[in-house]
This record gives sequence, structure tokens and C-alpha cells, in this order.
Amino acid sequence: MTATVTSPRRTTRPPRGRPRLRTAYRQDMALLNTPAKRRSTLLLVLAAFGVPFFFTDDLLLVFTLGLIASVGAIGLNLVTGYAGQVSLGHAFFLGLGAYTAAVLGGDPEGRLIGYGLPMWVWLPAAGIVAAIAGLIVGPIAVRLRGLYLAIVTLGLVFLGEHVFREARTLTGGPGVGRRGPDLELFGIRFSEGGSLFGLGLSRDQQQFFLALVFLIVFAILGRNIARSGVGRAFSAVRDRDVAAAVIGINLTVYKVMAFAMSSFFAGVAGAMYYAVVGVFEPAAFGLLLSIQYLAMVLIGGVATISGSIMGAMFITALPRIAQEIAHLFPVISTSTVGGGIINVFQFEAILYGLLIIGFLIFEPRGLYGIWMRIRNYWKGWPFSY
Amino acid sequence: MTTFAQAVLNGFAQGAIYALLALGYVMIYKATHVISFAQPALMVCGGLFTYHLTTQVGLPFWPGLAVAVLLGALLGMAVERLALRPMVGKPVFTLAIITIGVDIVLRIFANRYMGPDPRIVTFPNGSRRYEFLGLSISHQRVALMVVTLLTVIALVLFFRYAKAGLAMRATALNQETALAQGIRVGAIFALAWAIAGGLAAIAGTFVAAGSAGMEQNTWIIALKALPAIIIGGLDSLPGAVIGGLAVGIVESLTAVYQPSVAPFLGANFALVAPYALMFLVLLVRPYGLFGTKEVERV
Repeated sequence: MTATVTSPRRTTRPPRGRPRLRTAYRQDMALLNTPAKRRSTLLLVLAAFGVPFFFTDDLLLVFTLGLIASVGAIGLNLVTGYAGQVSLGHAFFLGLGAYTAAVLGGDPEGRLIGYGLPMWVWLPAAGIVAAIAGLIVGPIAVRLRGLYLAIVTLGLVFLGEHVFREARTLTGGPGVGRRGPDLELFGIRFSEGGSLFGLGLSRDQQQFFLALVFLIVFAILGRNIARSGVGRAFSAVRDRDVAAAVIGINLTVYKVMAFAMSSFFAGVAGAMYYAVVGVFEPAAFGLLLSIQYLAMVLIGGVATISGSIMGAMFITALPRIAQEIAHLFPVISTSTVGGGIINVFQFEAILYGLLIIGFLIFEPRGLYGIWMRIRNYWKGWPFSY
Repeated sequence: MTTFAQAVLNGFAQGAIYALLALGYVMIYKATHVISFAQPALMVCGGLFTYHLTTQVGLPFWPGLAVAVLLGALLGMAVERLALRPMVGKPVFTLAIITIGVDIVLRIFANRYMGPDPRIVTFPNGSRRYEFLGLSISHQRVALMVVTLLTVIALVLFFRYAKAGLAMRATALNQETALAQGIRVGAIFALAWAIAGGLAAIAGTFVAAGSAGMEQNTWIIALKALPAIIIGGLDSLPGAVIGGLAVGIVESLTAVYQPSVAPFLGANFALVAPYALMFLVLLVRPYGLFGTKEVERV
């Protein structure tokens, strides 16, 4: 090697005036590797912070839940999208996080066990407890491949739901449920309206900001995992595990790691989600929740962080979208019992099913794929064919 | 001792239903390497076909069952043709998720038909009970076991002697080679789904003929055939039957003994006992009891 080869560390910036010229691998793998991405991301984040001032509170709640669900979806995407380990057990980890948070942050004087700890304790704890569960499940998953794993994780959901139902002193039991913890960080009570940085904000506006910051932190974390050596090892395991093992990737370590990381994301997302929702019961953590998260990943885009966010926002908003469509078409009745050809809940469930089938058949890369096509069309315009 | 034997007998009858469902899963898995999560919907629809035919159309039970099996087979074929054939060659995971979508859509229509009340198929002389050696079993459950036995025998004969059965075995072994031998692999996929749909219809009918009938949340029991096929091994027909019976018996024994032996596991642990059993078996044998170990090429 001659001395003229510059070290990669010194060339992390593209040469001045030629922002898209790559002179080092690090530039290609950078978080925001093109000026267009830098600008659009900045704009998007700014726009997101403006959202609470333009939408009504009930819509804001939907967005807030979508932002939090995005974190869970990123977690599932790490294990299923990046590492290729199909998990139908995400609901279990979400539930574990939610109940850890509810127990640690719950009211100490209440009828159920609660320790009244602050948010900076229960939020990480929820992630850690879920991650430990992921570590325990991981080794079983290492021995199994493909659909065997899917069924085993499905079994995990049923066992988990049973535990949640029966541990009444912790979860309140079926039909009763318990409250999530209070959202209070740095002396700001997010679960009540009040003033924040001198602005008078409603409860939903405050929670939106909290969820947005929460998502930004975890989205960057997720993206960093994905673009680092660990993420590349995950992809190698997904694409061909035998070949990955041959080039020196320890399958056991990386599969367990994928499960633990994914569970951590699920744990914190579950804790936040049900803190915003308020009262929740064990039936929430059934197979349907796992399928919803899988739908987020599939509809959003497998192995993409931005796709996970798009998918999660979309799936969380789906009940609302179904309702709006139901108002347009009188055939869909909005009452819960009888009437009309089909009621709104059934319509929503059918939308789920059809969306999953439709996306898998026609656009396997999901919403992210649609976005890519739009982008590439305009990139090449007017010669886009 | 009588309690034990009675529990095993009950478990046997329940296991027969799981075995029928498990056979359906295995049929589809062997032909297409996909686990069909649409099986619960096929079971519910099959049971409702019989219900509709016997109560609304006025057919007697057995002809009703036969027509329902045909309809279930047609439904299975339709699902395969519309949702899965366009995806041939895609990753199996994708296909499995599509079947989840199909399941959701089909069950909505089934729930729409059922409404809030349980739909019960009346079985001729269903409540008559046979007593022997202190054990008791209803006529309906005896019929279920006989039907299951006959179905299994028919399937075994089909695979051994029928030309289509041979073609199915060839397809399961290697799709491309089967194509090269002049086997219409597409038709085999359709046949596998048809058989699975028919089996699900039989299972669904007997579920609906049980004491609880067919309700909106009855579909859950079809998922308990999943531990059965995992225990037996995904691609083994005898494994499916044995796994199904094992799951039924374990569930029944747990229901009887767990409340007194291990009360800390909570009420209704029996409902999730199959999944616990699955974990135990997989810890020892990752490919089930009778499954073929996957050999990977680099």
C-alpha cells in the first residue's frame, strides 16, 4: 500500500461541489447519503412537528398511535425483514413491554400491583424485559427454520395470552384490564393538557410530540443497526444462512441478537402505545395483533425503515379510513349489529385481508416500492420509461 | 383409572378432528411447501355448508356432509386458483401470509352468515351414548372416529394405488422432475387444496355437530392442528394423524388433571397445552417426530 491512499475516515464527506460523487464506502452507507435525502428528511421532520397545529385532536391520537406502532414495526422488520426470521410472536413481546411498564409505572395504591416508578425507569425496563424474553426464545428459533419458526412463534402468542389472562394481579385479567403508566418525563405530564415551552397545548398535541421524538430516536437507532455490520450480517443470514455461516457469521449469535433487538423495540413500543391508549386488557395481545404488525411490515416494505413507518401509520389509520369510506357508501352500515350488507368492522377486516393479498401479489416491496417507482419516474423525467 | 381412561377416550375423539385438519395442512405443505393459514376458514365454511344444507335445504345429515365436502373441496380449489397460483415460485413465506389474508376475508363472510348465535348441526341420534367398562361415549363421537379412520384409510389407499396419488407423491418429491415426467403440477396443487378443503369440511361439520356448535370464535381450534403437524413433522401423513391424536389426548388429560396437579398454571390451561407440548417436542426434535430433516446445499 502506498501512502497516497487516503484513510476512509478523512473522506467521509464527498468532494465540494460534487455531492453525489462517492469516494469512500462510508459515504455510500451514510445515514442520509444524498443532498435530496438530507433536505427532504429535514422538511419531513419539520412538517411532522407542525402537524399538531393543523389537525383535530381525534385525528392526532390516530397519528400518535401510528408513530408509536412504527417503532414496533421497525422492530419486527429487524427480525423478519432484515434477518429473515418470520415471527408471528410480536404480539407477545408488545404485551410483555406493555405490562412491564404498567406494573413498574402503575399506581402503588391501586387494586393491582404497581410501583409508581417514573417513565425513565419503566420505558427502558419494558424494552429490557422484552429483550430478555427474546433472548430466551431466540435459541429455540435458532434450531428452526422458515415456517416451523412461524408456527412456534404463533404458539408463543397463545401461551403469552394465557399468561396475561391468568396473572390477574399484574394484568387485571380478561374483561377488566388495567391502566397503562402515566406519561411523565422531565417534569412534563404528557397525559394532561398544559403548557409546553410556553405554548398552551392539549393532551393529544403533547402526546404527539412525545411520540414523534420517540419515533425519531428509534428510527435512527433502527437505521443504524441496519446499515452497520450487524445489519449486513442479518441480511446475509436472511439471504442464505449456510453461506453466511461459511463466511464467518455466527448464526446462533446473530439470530438471537435479531430476536433480542426486535423484542426490545416491541417492548418499548408496547409500553408507550398502551400508556397512550389508557386501559387495555389481555385480549389485545392475540394473534390478530401479530398479524397487524406483519401487515405493517409487508404493506410498508420489507427490510426498510421508512417502509415500516409508512406501513404502521397506514395500518393504524385503517379503522379510521374504513369509517370514512363507510360514510361514503351507504351499503356499509356503521352500526355494530346487522343492517346493511356489511358493517364497518367487517369491512375493515376485509380491507386488511385484501390489502395483504393485494400488496403481496402486485407490489411485494410495499408502499416503499410504490414510492421508489414514483421517485424513479420523476428522476428520469421526461425520459422515464 | 376410569377418569384417566375416559379422558383419553375423549381426547381421542377431539384428536380425530385435529387429525383431519392436520392432514389437510400436511397435504398442502407436501404439494406446495406452504403452510395454509386459511385452514380455519375452510373448516368454518365447511361446517356452515353442512349446517345450511341440513337445516335450510333439508338434506339428511350424511348426504349433506357429502355435498359439503364437495363444496369445501371446490372452495379450496378456488382459493388456490385465485390467491396462490399467481404466486407460484415466490418465497413460501409470502404465500403463507397470503393464506392469512384469505383466512381473514373468508371468515368475515362466514361470521356474517353465522351472526351472534351458535350454529349447531343436528347429528342423527347424536345424543345416544354407549357405555362399556364404565366408560361413556356419544354416538356422534363414535361416528367421528369411524369417519376419520375411513378417511385416513382412503387417503393411504389413494396415495398408494391411484395414479393421481402417485403424481402427488412425485410432485412432493420434486416439482420440476414431476413436470418433466408429464405431471400437471398445477392440477396437483389444485387437488391438494381440494383434498384439504374436503378434510376441513368434515372436521368443521363434526365441530358444528358438537355440543358447542359453530360460533364466531370456533376457528381457533383449527389452529391447534398446527402444533399437531409440528409435533408429527410437517411433511408426514402418519405424523399428522399421530400428532393430532396426541394433541387431543394431551389437551383432554390436562383439562382433567391440571387444575388439581398444577393449579398455578391457571384456569383453562388445557386450551394452550398443545402449544406447550409443541415447545417440548421441538426442543428435543427440531423437525418433529416423523418429519424429514432438511438438508441444505450451499
